[in-house]
Amino acid sequence: MDLMTNKKRRQLLQASAAIGLAGWFPQLMAQNGFNWKQAAGKKIEVHLIKNPRGELLQKNQKEFEQLTGIKVGSEQVPEQQSRQKTVIEFNSGRTSFDVVHLSYQAQKKQFAKGKWLEDLRPYFEKSSGEFDLKEFSSGGIAYATQQDGRIDSLPLNLDPWILYYNKELFAAKGVAAPRNFDELKAAAIKLHDPAKGVVGMVGRGVKNANVLLWTSFFLGYGGTFIDTLGKLHTDSSAGIQAATLYRDLLKNTGPAGVAGFNWNEAQSLFLQGRAAMWIDGSGFAPPLEDPTKSKVVGKVGYAEMPAGPAGQISGLTGDGLGVSAFSPNKDAAWLYTMWATGKLMQERMLASGAGAPARSSPYTNKEVLAAQKLPSAWLQAVSEAIKRSSPILPVIEPVNEFRDVYGIALTNMLGGADVATELKKATAEFQPVLNKSGYRA
Amino acid sequence: MPYCRHASGFLKQAHIMSNSHPTAGAPGHSRALLRRLLPGKLSPYVWFIVPALVALLAIIVFPWGFTLWMSLFDWKIGSDATFVGLANYLSLAQDTRFLEAIMHTLYFTVLAVVLPLIFGTIAALVFNRKFPLRGMLRGMFLLPMMATPVAISLVWTMMFHPQQGVLNYLLSLLGIAPSEWVYSSALAIPCLVLVDVWQWSPLVMLIVLGGLASLPTDPFEAAKLEGASSWQIFRHITLPMVLPFVMVAAVVRLIDALKTFDTIYVITQGGPGTASETINLYLYLQAFSFYQIGKASAVVVVFFVLVVALSLVLFWLRERSKWSDA
Repeated sequence: MDLMTNKKRRQLLQASAAIGLAGWFPQLMAQNGFNWKQAAGKKIEVHLIKNPRGELLQKNQKEFEQLTGIKVGSEQVPEQQSRQKTVIEFNSGRTSFDVVHLSYQAQKKQFAKGKWLEDLRPYFEKSSGEFDLKEFSSGGIAYATQQDGRIDSLPLNLDPWILYYNKELFAAKGVAAPRNFDELKAAAIKLHDPAKGVVGMVGRGVKNANVLLWTSFFLGYGGTFIDTLGKLHTDSSAGIQAATLYRDLLKNTGPAGVAGFNWNEAQSLFLQGRAAMWIDGSGFAPPLEDPTKSKVVGKVGYAEMPAGPAGQISGLTGDGLGVSAFSPNKDAAWLYTMWATGKLMQERMLASGAGAPARSSPYTNKEVLAAQKLPSAWLQAVSEAIKRSSPILPVIEPVNEFRDVYGIALTNMLGGADVATELKKATAEFQPVLNKSGYRA
Repeated sequence: MPYCRHASGFLKQAHIMSNSHPTAGAPGHSRALLRRLLPGKLSPYVWFIVPALVALLAIIVFPWGFTLWMSLFDWKIGSDATFVGLANYLSLAQDTRFLEAIMHTLYFTVLAVVLPLIFGTIAALVFNRKFPLRGMLRGMFLLPMMATPVAISLVWTMMFHPQQGVLNYLLSLLGIAPSEWVYSSALAIPCLVLVDVWQWSPLVMLIVLGGLASLPTDPFEAAKLEGASSWQIFRHITLPMVLPFVMVAAVVRLIDALKTFDTIYVITQGGPGTASETINLYLYLQAFSFYQIGKASAVVVVFFVLVVALSLVLFWLRERSKWSDA
């Protein structure tokens, strides 16, 4: 914020919130001494994941074009297809995109293995005054940093898992919001009322997606996925306790058929006011507070993940942007990455409810906080959760296999299988896959 | 066999031309045959098939050979490929999940072939009779077939929802306890079959209806004169005569059912757990989620063998059901 005064900033945000893009804005940004036009005339392709962040970047890309004179072509691809497309293109040694949007929990290690993303550290020296690496939260930088110290992406959004609860149902039974796992279980039992069509707890039961709910508990029980020798500890007592809690909550106080529930089924039940609690990623506040979709507008309580015996830890997912190592226009691609993860775009992200920024400044910016329409309890829960978070999945290359193997074990538990046996089986099945991936702690 | 007829005509013509050539050698059956087969003599015609041959090689033969080749490697995208011989096949033979996927595929396929054949044939018999509003009702019956599989799968997923789905609401009106539908391991495949039957029975009806319309009327008149009952007419005249058409429908259904992916992927993704994971779903997982290209190629090869074997059985049945010339 070198040359940009607070006043200008305020005007800027107000203007962009009110009328979208203001024509005078790019010139203003260009005034701060940094030469944004250094790659004018070049053309870059940006591969975005189809989600609110992808949407936001695409909507504002004209502004970047005006600012830099770089022509941008961008595409938004649904998450699953995006993962397939990027891995196949990177593997071929030629990418159709210069900038790529990645989800850390799924792709970080895979991209690192092939050194498919450009190390951005040398570019930081050449960055604009607006760019301030220290301003990114530690969780975000941890996600963006590879094992060998390379920082080959910049975080856009951090998504901690939080607890959503129905305040009306809680008040009716005189239950307080749970602060730890014991209270969570007790509340679920107390609020579970199938005769009235209300379940105590809803969450992901479908294989693959369900793993993140189990690992959220696993972190709270103090679990470590893999030790320094590369041995899995997923069937440790933390793993078993977490899986037991998972099974008890969903099987005994969850909806019928929960083994087939993904976030969308869980969301629709919660939206209807038929679930007392729901634990999932933090991005669901917009639909829950949308009167055209939700019957629980204004009745939703937002809280950090309840604490486990090892403390209050939220499982964290996140997405970021990186520059393809095969890009012929790396300078232009870096400019885009810097702009997209810059303060202004991060503030817009929070203001529009598109996600929880990886930078810290938006959370303290009064204009942004005033512009954003989500309840303050949500913002409070998210910003606090980010501070006490840990990656929700082990940062390994075969992360899809991990989700598949443990996902099936968890679904089997919901079907009545023994927790410890299933976890042992899954661990025995996954250990060779992990070994084969060349995992090094 | 129209292709054979064309081919033999083509060869005959080539033969005449080569014989009429003034420098052709001494006549003789074996020499003539040899000449017919010699590429040099066929050259004016050979060029006509080159484009088709190239396309065939490029889009069928090459991918096939390459798949076979890849199935001999341990290759994960992003890592180097190592030649492992038949190890992928051996590991598949010991992979209980893959063996279960084969069983799920067979279970799904049998139901998804037999049930539409029964319902489609019954529907064809009904619509073959004249009754008021027949045209409109027949048109309505065909509607499911015209819908996009992914779209109808999403609608069915909503209908199956245990708490908010319309199916459980309908059951509650009848005083029946709610079901978990596709959200239960035991019911997942039968429910997926239900969607398939709903969508594809109309196709069977169309094929059988065409067959019924083409049947000669005299056997039916003769049977009526002889005093045969409706059941006897159906059992001994209609069914045997329409059977070849039903078998055509069976072949089409078999191929469709074996390759079903979209509805299963959208509705259950092979779950709960692996309860409805068919070979296609398993293959997709190996190839596009785990990026295990070698193993996935081996799955394709095994799947191909299975499809060919099942098709041969059906073709054999179809030959048997054909009207005899006698």
